[in-house]
Amino acid sequence: MTTTVDEVLPYDEALAAFDPVMGLEVHVELGTNTKMFCGCATTFGAEPNTQVCPVCLGLPGALPVVNAMGVESAIRIGLALNCEIATWCRFARKNYFYPDMPKNFQTSQYDEPIAFNGYLDVEVPGEHGEEPWTYRVEIERAHMEEDTGKSLHVGGSTGRIHGAEYSLVDYNRAGIPLIEIVTKPLTGAGERAPQVARAYVAALRDLLKALDVSDVKMEQGSMRCDVNLSLRPKAGEPTSPEQAAVPLGTRSETKNVNSLRSVERAVRFEICRHAAVLSNGGSIVQETRHFHEDTGATTSGRIKSDADDYRYFPEPDLVPVAPSREWVEELRATLPENPAEHRRRLQTEWGYSDLEMRDVLNAGALDLIERTVAAGASAQSARKWWLGEPSRRANTEALELVAYADQVGLTPAYVAELQSMVDAKRLNDKMARQVLEGVLDGEGAPTAVADARGLELVQDDGALEAAVAKVIEGNPDVADKIRDGKVQAAGALIGQVMKEMKGQADAGKARELILSTLGEG
Amino acid sequence: MTNTTTDLTRATAAQLADLLAAGQVSSVEVTQAHLDRTTAVDEQVHAYLHVAGQSALAEAAEIDRRRAAGEPLHRLAGVPIAVKDVMTTVGMPTTCGSKMLEGWIPPYDATVVAQIKAAGLPILGKVNMDEFAMGSSTEHSAYGPTRNPWDLERIPGGSGGGSSAVVASFQAPLATGTDTGGSIRQPAAVTGSVGTKPTYGGVSRYGLVALASSLDQAGPCARTVLDTALLHEVMGGHDPRDSTSIDAPVPAVVEAAQRADIKGMKIGIVKELTGEGYQAGVSARFEESLQLLVDAGAEIVEVSCPNFRYALAAYYLILPSEASSNLAKFDAMRYGLRVPPTGIDHPSAEQVMAASRDAGFGDEVKRRIILGTYALSSGYYDAYYGTAQKVRRLIANDFDRAFETADVLVSPTAPTTAFRLGEQLDDPMAMYLNDVATIPANLAGVPGMSLPSGLADEDGLPTGLQILAPAMQDQSLYSVGAALEAALTDRWGGPLLDRAPDLTAKGA
Amino acid sequence: MAELTRDDVAHLAGLARIDLSEAELDRMVGELGVILTSVAQVQQADTDGIEPMSHPMPITNVTRPDEVRPSLTADEALSGAPESELQRFSVPRILDED
Ligand SMILES: [Zn+2]
Repeated sequence: MTTTVDEVLPYDEALAAFDPVMGLEVHVELGTNTKMFCGCATTFGAEPNTQVCPVCLGLPGALPVVNAMGVESAIRIGLALNCEIATWCRFARKNYFYPDMPKNFQTSQYDEPIAFNGYLDVEVPGEHGEEPWTYRVEIERAHMEEDTGKSLHVGGSTGRIHGAEYSLVDYNRAGIPLIEIVTKPLTGAGERAPQVARAYVAALRDLLKALDVSDVKMEQGSMRCDVNLSLRPKAGEPTSPEQAAVPLGTRSETKNVNSLRSVERAVRFEICRHAAVLSNGGSIVQETRHFHEDTGATTSGRIKSDADDYRYFPEPDLVPVAPSREWVEELRATLPENPAEHRRRLQTEWGYSDLEMRDVLNAGALDLIERTVAAGASAQSARKWWLGEPSRRANTEALELVAYADQVGLTPAYVAELQSMVDAKRLNDKMARQVLEGVLDGEGAPTAVADARGLELVQDDGALEAAVAKVIEGNPDVADKIRDGKVQAAGALIGQVMKEMKGQADAGKARELILSTLGEG
Repeated sequence: MTNTTTDLTRATAAQLADLLAAGQVSSVEVTQAHLDRTTAVDEQVHAYLHVAGQSALAEAAEIDRRRAAGEPLHRLAGVPIAVKDVMTTVGMPTTCGSKMLEGWIPPYDATVVAQIKAAGLPILGKVNMDEFAMGSSTEHSAYGPTRNPWDLERIPGGSGGGSSAVVASFQAPLATGTDTGGSIRQPAAVTGSVGTKPTYGGVSRYGLVALASSLDQAGPCARTVLDTALLHEVMGGHDPRDSTSIDAPVPAVVEAAQRADIKGMKIGIVKELTGEGYQAGVSARFEESLQLLVDAGAEIVEVSCPNFRYALAAYYLILPSEASSNLAKFDAMRYGLRVPPTGIDHPSAEQVMAASRDAGFGDEVKRRIILGTYALSSGYYDAYYGTAQKVRRLIANDFDRAFETADVLVSPTAPTTAFRLGEQLDDPMAMYLNDVATIPANLAGVPGMSLPSGLADEDGLPTGLQILAPAMQDQSLYSVGAALEAALTDRWGGPLLDRAPDLTAKGA
Repeated sequence: MAELTRDDVAHLAGLARIDLSEAELDRMVGELGVILTSVAQVQQADTDGIEPMSHPMPITNVTRPDEVRPSLTADEALSGAPESELQRFSVPRILDED
């Protein structure tokens, strides 16, 4: 393969001349127990070719039967994306030859998707002081299909497909249910197109997670994104129907972009690359491209040609799917709150400012805080704890907060427990921070850490009274000032009392006691 | 023993079942008798691609043991059967008559095969067919043609020529078949045997190597209407592994065959399936049969199905389209023949696929795959495949209207008697015309049966009569078939197949 | 009806992954031409407003519960493989990712 380095135009220049038009195709592997058309298990990481049967191996004579949960999940996804649900639709065969596809056709849906005409409102976070922005992503369709097997490329260099001598195919993944969610052409995002793309994929991920239909792990490939991009010359809003009807530019299709960050980068790169080609009077080749995490660039894949004649036709081995309206409404009732609405509701309930809420979202702490509040902590304390040391350490280790908490064993229940110890005046703030550090260092639950480290506010009033008496006696002139009404002088005595108590006293209580002893209480 | 049982291979399945139940013969004896017959005649007939003598005898012995132990057994338990090589069988090759699958031993049984095994019928072996069931003569088998027991220079029909010949040459009392456009009925017609294509969805397709999924239907082949019904009952029924399987009990076909009652029944003659294009002897026997049906109490009416004239054209678009997709899986990657292309060092998967498919498929298969690829390709879909699907609807509508005036429809099964081997091999269109009368049933999904109507005067070869019934009314086929069979047998003074040449007489 | 040329047949054979020989191509152009002329008769039928029929029986909504059933063993799965290695199907080099 010849690797040519594509010319790119600086982003600002590209955006000055062109408007990007995006189309995003997201494939989601459903988390069903079995495959889409057979009863084989779908466990990730199983020994090769142990989750295969005549159906998903495409053995002669085998026939598919639709997984009811696949249809149910597809409908719920469609509803959550505000789609219409087909009253009658069929599967179709998409015919093309490829060794990881056992039947040499993919059982998919063509012109009769189960869900169509929807939308998802996504919040695009503001950057550089910009206001957050809600962008409505119009959904063209969501349809059911099946995944392919996986190939291991042997020989040549580093297991890449090019230069390999031969390949070894494992069909465990073949037939796993996929939902393909396709947007309409997304226009008007302008320079924020990369962020819109990222925000959409993130919002979709949150939505699918809330629906509990997929584990949506982009790094494991259970959610994959294809980015279609084209540019059209900037000409302002169309002023006539003729102008509005100008076809979109030729698009490129960047396949399998497998992280949120990569989605953003791929869009940005393709904008710059298209702009360079078009500015130089060139034209875009309709092709598939591959995104490279290391360079942030895309490279040319396969050129689309008339060989891409998939000869779709209705799948005769499967009967039509005709979901009753009653069933659809039943499924609608099972939908969780839309994540964006959910966030708005929580912000109101918790009394967070917009700034606080944004910090929480950026830290990826929303879900953790929600569970901590459910475990009994106040919203403010939960926010304070999660955004403190755990977030700092997660950042240092370049982990998402959830992943970091998982790794060190910090649970929302622990955070609530910590705060309850503070509320019960068993710990002061400083001690609580030490306990938290102990938890993060793997020393166990907060109570266990406090016990082991001997961190506990002294509850014995006798000891405190004795310390107060001793400090007053040792500082007669300060005591006099207080007796004269200079209450603020008590601070000096409180410090000494705390020292006497080796820090394990409630400072407020010490203050109270000093003032009452000196007749100012 | 009675006269009919001195040679066990001449007995019907129902007679064998009675003898077995009465303990007069053992399944091992019956099975061995048929294996011996195969040794004697199959060198000439070439019905079998694989004879499974050992496993058949083992199963027969097991049935005998169970019977001796007093276990309840299926009525046909111990009656041997031949299986068309399009059905997957654990432990036996399944080749579909193709080089592509030479030696392939499936790791699973077709549902039909599993049902046959569960009922305790020893499987004698796998019988020949046109490659991937594409053909009307069995000449398209990669393993050589099967010959017609009536005249070894003639075809036994196709694609199920192995199934028709194996029963017509007394090598098995029963055989399974599949019928996509007539592959059970046309072979039955040209060999003087009986075969039924059930209602689409009446018999599971799981484990049948698909030709055209929306047309394929497995069914029974035998020498009598009752035997056909008995096997129909074993093969039929709902299968959750086949999404297109009908979730309803098997129609009461055996009862219908036994009652043979057609009094007051309205039998429709399809105007478009008679007359011009039919051999004189075929038409003559058909007319005689109609009279016998009237004599048995039926009323004859004429119906018209104007769109049947497009059936052949629609069929030869729909079938190749579905087949081109169904046969894509034969790509030399996971099973089957793998042939490297000549003159290419270190070929790619793509090149190996293309070379293997060229080497593994015969001409007729390639022809239909290319045709189907064309009919589905962008720019031509609407004109060909799409239009064919609409014609299909028109044909189904014609049937609906016809069945408003008639309980069943009848026609000659095939336009001619068996033709000579090689006669139509170089003329695909002529070959396709053999199925002109059988194809409409597959397009509409309705059931059909062929049974012998006699011998054509001009060549002394068997002719067949086809009965068609509304969907899920398969029992009507058996009422009419059994009534006609009784009348004809009476007239002939015995089964038609008694007149077939004795293949063991040397020099035959 | 469009005439089917030799190039068309070669293109279709490519789509269908059949490496037809020159002689096969020559023969098939003629044969397919005859067949196509015949099957094109469907276009003479009056199909205005007629719903295409993809399935012979009007059955809908056939599904199975999402319950695991036994798979084949890897040995069974690989039993027909022309070549295998590391419990996988060994296939010649693949030209490009799809
Ligand atoms: Zn499977």
